[in-house]
Amino acid sequence: MTATVPPPALRSGRVTPTAGEVAAVGRRRRPWRRLWAVVLGVVTVAAYVVFRTEGATEDGDAAAFRFFDGVRDWVDANRDSSPVFLYGINYVRLGVRLLVDAVQAALSGLGFAGLVAAITGLGVVLAGWRTGLLALGGFLAFAVLGLWEQSVDTLVLTVSAVLLSVAIGVPLGVLAARVRWVGAALRPVLDVMQILPTFAYLAPMTLLFLIGEPAAVIATMIYAVPATIRITALGIGEVSPSAVEAATALGSTRWQLLRKVRLPMARPTIVLAVNQTIMLALSMVVITALIDAPGLGQNIVSALQRVNVGAAFDAGLAIVILAVVLDRITTNAARRVRRSLSIRGGIGVGIAVVAAAFIPLGSADLPAYSFAAPVNDAVGWIELHWYDVTEGLKNGISAGVLDPLETVLVTSPWWLFVAAVAAFGTLISGWRAAAVAAPAAAGLAGLGLWQHSMQTLATVLVAIVLTMLIGVATGVVCARHDRLATALRPVLDAAQTMPSFVYLLPAVALFGASRFTAIVAAVIFAVPPVVRLVERGLRDVPPAVVEAARSAGSTPRQLLWKVQLPMARGGLLLAANQGIVMVLAMVVVGGLVGAGALGYDVVAGFSQRELFGQGLAAGLAIVLLGIVLDRLTQGFHDSKGPRR
Amino acid sequence: MRTLRTAATAALIASLAACGGATSGAGEESEPSAGPKGTVNLAINPWVGYEANAAVIAHLLEKELGYTVEKKELKEEIAWQGFETGEVDAIVENWGHADLKKTYIEQKKVAVDVGPTGNKGTIGWYVPQWMVDEHPDITDWNNLNKYAALFKTSESKGKGQFLAGDPSFVTNDAALVKNLKLDYTVVYSGSEAAIIKAAQQASAQKKPLLFYFYEPQWLFAKEKYVRVKLPAYKTGCDADPKKVACDYPDYVLDKIASKKFADANSTAYQLIKNFTWTNDDQNLVSDYITNQGMTPEKAAEKWAAEHEATWKPWIR
Repeated sequence: MTATVPPPALRSGRVTPTAGEVAAVGRRRRPWRRLWAVVLGVVTVAAYVVFRTEGATEDGDAAAFRFFDGVRDWVDANRDSSPVFLYGINYVRLGVRLLVDAVQAALSGLGFAGLVAAITGLGVVLAGWRTGLLALGGFLAFAVLGLWEQSVDTLVLTVSAVLLSVAIGVPLGVLAARVRWVGAALRPVLDVMQILPTFAYLAPMTLLFLIGEPAAVIATMIYAVPATIRITALGIGEVSPSAVEAATALGSTRWQLLRKVRLPMARPTIVLAVNQTIMLALSMVVITALIDAPGLGQNIVSALQRVNVGAAFDAGLAIVILAVVLDRITTNAARRVRRSLSIRGGIGVGIAVVAAAFIPLGSADLPAYSFAAPVNDAVGWIELHWYDVTEGLKNGISAGVLDPLETVLVTSPWWLFVAAVAAFGTLISGWRAAAVAAPAAAGLAGLGLWQHSMQTLATVLVAIVLTMLIGVATGVVCARHDRLATALRPVLDAAQTMPSFVYLLPAVALFGASRFTAIVAAVIFAVPPVVRLVERGLRDVPPAVVEAARSAGSTPRQLLWKVQLPMARGGLLLAANQGIVMVLAMVVVGGLVGAGALGYDVVAGFSQRELFGQGLAAGLAIVLLGIVLDRLTQGFHDSKGPRR
Repeated sequence: MRTLRTAATAALIASLAACGGATSGAGEESEPSAGPKGTVNLAINPWVGYEANAAVIAHLLEKELGYTVEKKELKEEIAWQGFETGEVDAIVENWGHADLKKTYIEQKKVAVDVGPTGNKGTIGWYVPQWMVDEHPDITDWNNLNKYAALFKTSESKGKGQFLAGDPSFVTNDAALVKNLKLDYTVVYSGSEAAIIKAAQQASAQKKPLLFYFYEPQWLFAKEKYVRVKLPAYKTGCDADPKKVACDYPDYVLDKIASKKFADANSTAYQLIKNFTWTNDDQNLVSDYITNQGMTPEKAAEKWAAEHEATWKPWIR
């Protein structure tokens, strides 16, 4: 049983440094840095006090917005006449439509019993008996929940998007690992693809590919393919040079080298890439319900309209089950992949599946059960009785932390913010990182969204701090208590894969339409990977070191603060970096529950024709914020200076 | 069906490759393919009242006229785009949208207006009933500033909070607050679900709330909310969105169809054209869907069984 690896954990193929490396880096720290930091801090505060502004207001008519509106109008006018569409984009759409229809025909052709048998067989052959049984139970559960057809539709979209991602991502990943400039050119593109909020490209997707499955599959692929490329590149890059050397000495050609040595040796990592692609695709497929993609997402969206949390919970649960089944099959397959698969077993399962396809058992023949009523009762009780406490919590954090921070950020002149980013960026992460971060910060002003960006930044910062506090504390406890860690694992899995739409409404009931509700949603989403990375970091501390500290008389508290946490620094910082990415991904969802600012701009741009340009610009602003935060913190992670 | 379509798409790609490019509608089911009479593509906009209209129309199209109905869950803007590509045949509850009418009906000529649904739409500012019981004069906008302190929240920056609705709805709230010199901050709830939840909590917890809402709306079947009177609407007072200082007009909700669908003048089009009913009819079906847990199909079936006299004239 493995946990879902946090999706972007392998974003740039950064590997947790070993304890020895971290210690060495710590020693190399130069003392003048601290002095500089203090001086810079004082200068920044002084400049803020002198130059503080009233905080500009947005007029909703920046040049950037008009530019995007112009592009939209051109596409609308030329969809059936421009050669770009006639010979390019419309064919892409046709091709994807063909793929979706083929996958759909294959999966629904098997029928209920056939598909259940197929997934069970796949689980048994690829990942062993236990996983096979899990798959069997999971797929039967879809029928029990009365969501069989929707689940299959979701599976069809996911499989289509994953097939496309693998077809495009694996070759690109190999290229990125082998050809230096391809890797260098791809990296910033992948960064943008991962931070760009999904909502921001749903509207352009419908513009190019119209509504329906093809646009949904392509949007999903854009979201998932960066993981395929990055992890494949990581796997190819890690193939041991001595094996390559040996093969070269035996006279292999480059093509043979790739096919016979590099790809087979990187196979476990490539399977992991597929695993991550599936997980990301599943989380995106739900959102594409907003552009009329079929499946479980539709159930969730319409349950939301009726304010029926219980109905949304059923569909959310089906997604969690689908995610867990697919995750266990692929991770266990990755582990077993070196063992050759039994051909006889494969044939046996194949026959069983064909036989099962003829069993006249329908999904409606199973007993039905729905969690809707109990969940609605429980949620109703919580909403009624917890309100006073949650209201107080919200007001306290909003007035005590969020408002002051927002005021400072909004009333800073933009050039001061950019200068501070440049100065602190140079100090923490080196001039190269600062040379990227500072223009990104200036870009926020250039897009005409300065005030909204600063409001969003304040919310994001508070969410990141809360995520880290909760995530590190839970991770530390989990690392010390095995049983608790095992018990918590399914909860973390569910928190990560349960579509956020499901728990948004109770959050709104408890915390009102507010920035704090957005923070709560972001924390729920971002905490699981942080917990996992922290726990792994702490467990990776060599037992010999812990033993030595113990025998030297350390108390458990000293052991934690003086030995384990400092040695797990790499894991902690990677966790912080992941936390930032995950929190940013939730900014737009925050816009749906009253957080306003950039998230709302994106949502509004998706819904109103006149606001299209502003919505797209706000999506870009979120990417720029992500770049600023990522570059500023990368230095913490790798104190030797810029990592690239 | 699917395999057939796959083969058809493949053939289409081959033939298109031979002679010129692919248009945006290529590969979609524009030909009648299912049911004895063909398929009608209904847009489903994201609110329950709309769904009630669509459910009843779909029920009658399928059960009485033998069509297949394809329901497409889309936001309003995107549904209008669908007229152009042939993916949407009809929108069955439209709230104003003069800008979209101008683009798609007048300029692009891909859509036509097919008359009112019979429902009257009201948009306005509302407060929960218990607030009116405690402060009877709160329903006059002149008194809103007096009560601003009641509506203060963590989001309203020291002023009163006005909670605005789903971004796809028609709104003048920010301009109204400014032009009526109200001591309020507009907070954007961001979705319809969020505003309904806030309204429910305002009743359940007795929390003050001033919010954007509309009728017909199923929530009114459960809780009471009262409209605050803003300066009365006069024709043209909302012409300049930045200078609006009057209440929202009453909307005559109407139906829009794609030009192609209308020109074909099928019995399906006739049904949609003839469809009109009252707010009570719609609220009844909405209530079946939301409060009594029926699927839209079941709700429509029940309503149709009970109201034959209403719908018979639509399918003359």
